[in-house]
Amino acid sequence: MANGPTGNGQVGHNRPSLRLHVPEPKFRPGDEVDFSHLAVTKPGAQPRPDESCEASETNPLATDLVRVLGDDNQAYGPWDPRLDPDTLRAMLEKMALTRAFDERMYRGQRQGKTSFYMKCTGEEATSVAPAMALASDDMVFPSYRQQGILITRGYPLVEMINQIYSNRGDKLKGRQLPIMYSSRAHSFFTISGNLATQTPQAVGWAMASAIRGDSRIAATWLGEGSTAEGDFHSACIFAAVYNAPVILNVVNNQWAISSFSGFAGGERTTFAARAVGYGIAGLRVDGNDPLAVYAATQWAANRARANGGPTLIEHFTYRAEGHSTSDDPTAYRSAQEHTEWPLGDPIMRLKDHLIAIGEWDEDRQSALDLECAEKVKAATKEAEKNGILGHGLHHPFHTMFEDVYEDLPWHLEEQAAQAIRERKIKWPQA
Amino acid sequence: MASSVIEDDTPFGLEDAPTRSLNMIEAINDALDIMMSRDPSVIIMGEDVGFFGGVFRCTAGLQEKYGKTRVFDTPINECGIIGAAVGMGAYGLRPVPEIQFADYIYPGLDQLISEAARLRYRSAGEFIAPLTVRSPFGGGIFGGQTHSQSPEALFTHVSGLKTVIPSTPHDAKGLLIAAIEDDDPVIFFEPKRIYNGPFDGYYDKPVQPWKKFPQSKVPEGYYSIPLGKARKVRDGEAMTILAYGTMVHVVEAVAREKGIDADILDLRTLVPLDIEAIEESVEKTGRCLIVHEATRTSGFGAELSALVTERCFYHLEAPVERVTGFDTPYPHSLEWAFFPGPIRIGEAMDKILEA
Ligand SMILES: Cc1ncc(C[n+]2csc(CCOP(=O)(O)OP(=O)(O)O)c2C)c(N)n1
Repeated sequence: MANGPTGNGQVGHNRPSLRLHVPEPKFRPGDEVDFSHLAVTKPGAQPRPDESCEASETNPLATDLVRVLGDDNQAYGPWDPRLDPDTLRAMLEKMALTRAFDERMYRGQRQGKTSFYMKCTGEEATSVAPAMALASDDMVFPSYRQQGILITRGYPLVEMINQIYSNRGDKLKGRQLPIMYSSRAHSFFTISGNLATQTPQAVGWAMASAIRGDSRIAATWLGEGSTAEGDFHSACIFAAVYNAPVILNVVNNQWAISSFSGFAGGERTTFAARAVGYGIAGLRVDGNDPLAVYAATQWAANRARANGGPTLIEHFTYRAEGHSTSDDPTAYRSAQEHTEWPLGDPIMRLKDHLIAIGEWDEDRQSALDLECAEKVKAATKEAEKNGILGHGLHHPFHTMFEDVYEDLPWHLEEQAAQAIRERKIKWPQA
Repeated sequence: MASSVIEDDTPFGLEDAPTRSLNMIEAINDALDIMMSRDPSVIIMGEDVGFFGGVFRCTAGLQEKYGKTRVFDTPINECGIIGAAVGMGAYGLRPVPEIQFADYIYPGLDQLISEAARLRYRSAGEFIAPLTVRSPFGGGIFGGQTHSQSPEALFTHVSGLKTVIPSTPHDAKGLLIAAIEDDDPVIFFEPKRIYNGPFDGYYDKPVQPWKKFPQSKVPEGYYSIPLGKARKVRDGEAMTILAYGTMVHVVEAVAREKGIDADILDLRTLVPLDIEAIEESVEKTGRCLIVHEATRTSGFGAELSALVTERCFYHLEAPVERVTGFDTPYPHSLEWAFFPGPIRIGEAMDKILEA
């Protein structure tokens, strides 16, 4: 054998033998869950450095946990963004709408209306609050779990559902897997299925904005599992070198399909601590605390806009449901994790806060939930007029060949003619 | 075969071996299980392959059986998965990394193309890369453009890599064992559309499980099918059909339906290619149809067409035809319009016979 000329395992036999460490999550199916090892910090106790500070001044915050909302549902400390009640209610409404949307789309997939769906249950704050803190024309490069951004930016639900059903109303022409949206009008970049690719692109967009003396910044999102990809590290180094006006959001929902955060390095340090090594600002926030998420985004956005450079924000949260409709989380994690999660639910927490400050009540919440469900239902009915997946009401065959290039080369013309001929043979009446 | 622990534990011929009916996932799992038990240098790693047993369940039960240091999850980093496999191979292990979908192999391309494929050459044989990269590929499951691609031609183009694609549970097991035993880096693409049952090209009909088909009868225990040997699916005189993976079943069904006496070859290994079997068949039939699901331009069909034309020109009675996927990303809602189905294949067969 060519390899391992010394590979009999006996070399250096007087030295200790090495052992491979393979991470293991604390809990597996059926296990009692005890999250007491998680350091849940005191709301309001974290300092808020000036937005123009040296990046290194944020280093302690990269391993801390910025929190605003207390157990008594009051807001505390320097990170309290002091939003007016209308803004808080708008945030609650967008999160509730996102959740209602997810519920119905998930059911739609189960009923065979489409091939695939992904919920963001429990993580709504990590997209809705940043979308509210950013300017509406700041460019976002999301992963597949930030439907809350589109909903916050007012992208019509009907358009989202048309995309999910891949029907003839789908602006993306039925080409993309459900939930892989794109809306340039909403400064929302086309979603890729390949993890982390959007992160260096966000940095590049931000660099371009700086090259042109623009005032818009960029923000990107990815899961903690995806931070393992080289693309994310490319993003960090470019962001650091060019002091790019960009926000890198790591949504640490603890799980990447069946792999816990330890497989992305979470056993060693926090994800926000990646910022320390690159010399960029890093914040670690309670991702289920919408006020903390809002405040962190606002801090990073102000910093970027003032040429202070990039910020990496880790949103510490929990993926309350399966990875997608193709996943069964009971096969690899304890069902108790969700119920025991010490940071609660972002929608409940904001609701309770609004009630605590006398700006909301349970009746209004019930009315809101009902209204959201009705909105989604109406949008679904509307979208279904354009068809559901696999029922004939798709885009014409020719559209399959468009947009591969700007113009249709001869070989695609020929192939389009072939596709249309095949259609006529298969469905002579159509 | 490099490892010395292997002994042949199949004292009888393959035909006599007791068989079990397995689907392709179970057959792959069986091959991995057998190789792990025979050769302690075999290790498995990849995204979600450990406790969970892989998103398609191909590695189910193996971590429990062989332990966490031989079957383990990895960070989501395909460059790292393949690069680490190269390093483990350099040590003397025999890694079988899984890339969750072929569509996600691209971050690992530098490690495959510049490294794994060339270690032997650049070190004059001092170092080798005996890895087998398993990955589900191909469309037909409404996976959209990032869960449907057939990128085999990217790999056949690289000198130093072998590319293997099984089309039945029986072959999946024997070929995977041969790939693992092979001292060169092997790309092992598993056609996910036929994991659970073969496919005749009619997507609107229910899937027939493998159990109903004789190719699901998988001999128990160890056996290997040599890389570089095609399988004769059907003997015939009217035309040669070259296919691999899912398309083997589709062309077989179309030929049957049209009553064409086709000579069908399942290539099984694209590199090294069974050129003898191809030449023999084309010299007999004088006509050749090449079918793959991958996009057409610079697809492996182009290589096959060139080889047939160069080597069998004076036997050809009709131009060589290629039937392929279209030169577009794999569309979601129109995936069956993209797929080279019975109509496209049938038209090409008619054209070849009319020539
Ligand atoms: C390059 C690449 N590799 C693998 C996959 C398969 N895959 C899809 S989602 C996923 C897990 C991602 O987890 P994480 O980044 O934590 O995000 P989350 O789903 O938890 O939001 C994997 C492995 C992929 N889409 N792209």
